[in-house]
Amino acid sequence: MLTLRLALRNVLGTGIRAWLNALIISLALVVATWNQGLVSGMDEQAAQAAQAIEFGGGQYWQEKYDPFDPLTLDEAHAPLPPALQALVDDGRAAAVLVLQGSIYPRGRMRSILLKGIDPGQPILDFPTAKITADGGELPALIGGRFAKAAGLARGDSVTLRWREPGGAFNAQDAAVAHVMSTTVASIDSNQVWLPLAKLQEMARLPGEATLVVLARGTPPPPAPPGWTFRDADYLLRDLRELVKAKSYGRTIFLVIFLSLGMLAIFDTQVLAIFRRRREIGTLVALGFTRGQVIRLFTLEGALYGFLAVILGALYGLPLLWLQARAGFPVPTGTEDMGISIGERIYPAYSAGLILGIVLVSLLVTTVVSLLPTRRIARLKPTDALRGRMS
Amino acid sequence: MKRRTTILSLFLGCVIAAGGFAAAGENAEVILKKIDENRVSGNKIILSEMIIHGRRGSRAIRVKSWVQGTEKSFSEYLDPPRERGTKMLKLGDQLWTYYPASDRIILIAGHMLRQSVMGSDLSYEDMMEDPRLQGNHAAAIAGEEELLGRPCRILDLEARKADAAYPRRRLWVDTERFTVLKEELFARSGKLLKTTTVESVRRFGSRWVPDRSRFKDAMKEGQGTEFVVHEIEFDADIPESLFSKAALKK
Repeated sequence: MLTLRLALRNVLGTGIRAWLNALIISLALVVATWNQGLVSGMDEQAAQAAQAIEFGGGQYWQEKYDPFDPLTLDEAHAPLPPALQALVDDGRAAAVLVLQGSIYPRGRMRSILLKGIDPGQPILDFPTAKITADGGELPALIGGRFAKAAGLARGDSVTLRWREPGGAFNAQDAAVAHVMSTTVASIDSNQVWLPLAKLQEMARLPGEATLVVLARGTPPPPAPPGWTFRDADYLLRDLRELVKAKSYGRTIFLVIFLSLGMLAIFDTQVLAIFRRRREIGTLVALGFTRGQVIRLFTLEGALYGFLAVILGALYGLPLLWLQARAGFPVPTGTEDMGISIGERIYPAYSAGLILGIVLVSLLVTTVVSLLPTRRIARLKPTDALRGRMS
Repeated sequence: MKRRTTILSLFLGCVIAAGGFAAAGENAEVILKKIDENRVSGNKIILSEMIIHGRRGSRAIRVKSWVQGTEKSFSEYLDPPRERGTKMLKLGDQLWTYYPASDRIILIAGHMLRQSVMGSDLSYEDMMEDPRLQGNHAAAIAGEEELLGRPCRILDLEARKADAAYPRRRLWVDTERFTVLKEELFARSGKLLKTTTVESVRRFGSRWVPDRSRFKDAMKEGQGTEFVVHEIEFDADIPESLFSKAALKK
């Protein structure tokens, strides 16, 4: 207790220097919390958006379907088995047919995916109702990113070309019925959404689908033969990996910030031991063991961490709370990095995240404070009293 | 009596019309046969040039090809220096390419066949297509027109095989030399996909061969791809060993 009181008095006795050190460490703490909260928020938002707009409560894939190999698409379709058809009829699932195709906007060829979906489906949260066929030109729904890349706008007519199952070419004009703004790039980039029945007719694949999206909250029935069920965890795995990879990058910033704070503490400790050698000698002469002196100096260093936590909480908590409410505007170009995020990211701070960062910083502060004090162990009291370093 | 005469006239009319259509169909088949006879030969060695017109300019690729019937061919790129030494071997429905830079032989199969050849308007699949028209297509005469100052019959062809890439095509055929002077390839919906326009025809030995043609993807902008035949040697002596994968690396 004496040591703690002494340490606190020594730290506060340094005046503005103590608060400057604490401020630097608190800045590192707040920025690190904000940074990690941003990643967590991004992860949470992306997962929610992907489930609402693309994955639903899981998907049944035709056994040959591999979303990462477009070359499999020619064969990745089959008639809907009765069990899946019943789910679709009940409005608890939506069938999607995926084909490879080409589009010729402004006389340039682009490879695309033609995706057929029931315009009235209630499962996925994007405006499929806009492609309700009215007997006129084939209506197509495209995403904003693709529209921008291909130079297309609502009302434009564009030629679609695809291969029939036997390999024969077929082509038809489609009118862009709607350009949707979506946060999920994977339903946008190089994709044209068409009414399912029309695409089945165009491709000569009546009643066939590539995948079936299950409504969220619907218990998945066993996968019929020839189909594989992929649950939300499986479908979100890549997204989570991507966010994780990005969080590694952000950890580097955390390390840099913390290192700056720790450098300040290390420097302060080294200087303190050099300048207070007479005091160390006196303490030892008064009966302090070397261990007690080391403990005192380490505690002084660690107290900077505590002060930083208090200071950080004073100004950081309101700032972080405001940021979590107002969100952070997504910089231009971020949409292309492959994560489904909206126009703003809302950081998410969990108690675990804040506690983790506080504990790590306290631990690191203590260790950094301890390192320079090892010199005290080699200090002779007589030398110290004379103001010498042995 | 009058009614009976009308029915008889209608019947005779139908018979004559049917006979006329049958004759036209037969003529179309004969034309296809003669095109095939002119087009398909035994062995030949061709020195040709492919001029690819792109957005950033044009580039020419000179190729020497050794062809045996419709099943075997071996091609070597002579120019430009960047492509020199690239070789292609076609055996039946299989195609291999050899790139000297990587010293590797690659089988062009499946979906790779649908890719463009050196950025041209031609796909590997187009190159691999069986050139024989008779048997593969049902033909009908659709009219007559003059092209390059030559009298031509217009033939509408419909593929007999369901897996044919182009279900319909239209040909303009020189009825004296039996060379195709223009070809249009259509999707099943009737949308025009590709055109081949012959710009000049030259006599090599006893055969008339289009020596300058232009291939164009009808849906893409641009000038398409020119194909120029510089030399052809028919009935050439070609060693069988050339049509092997081992020859690609030599």
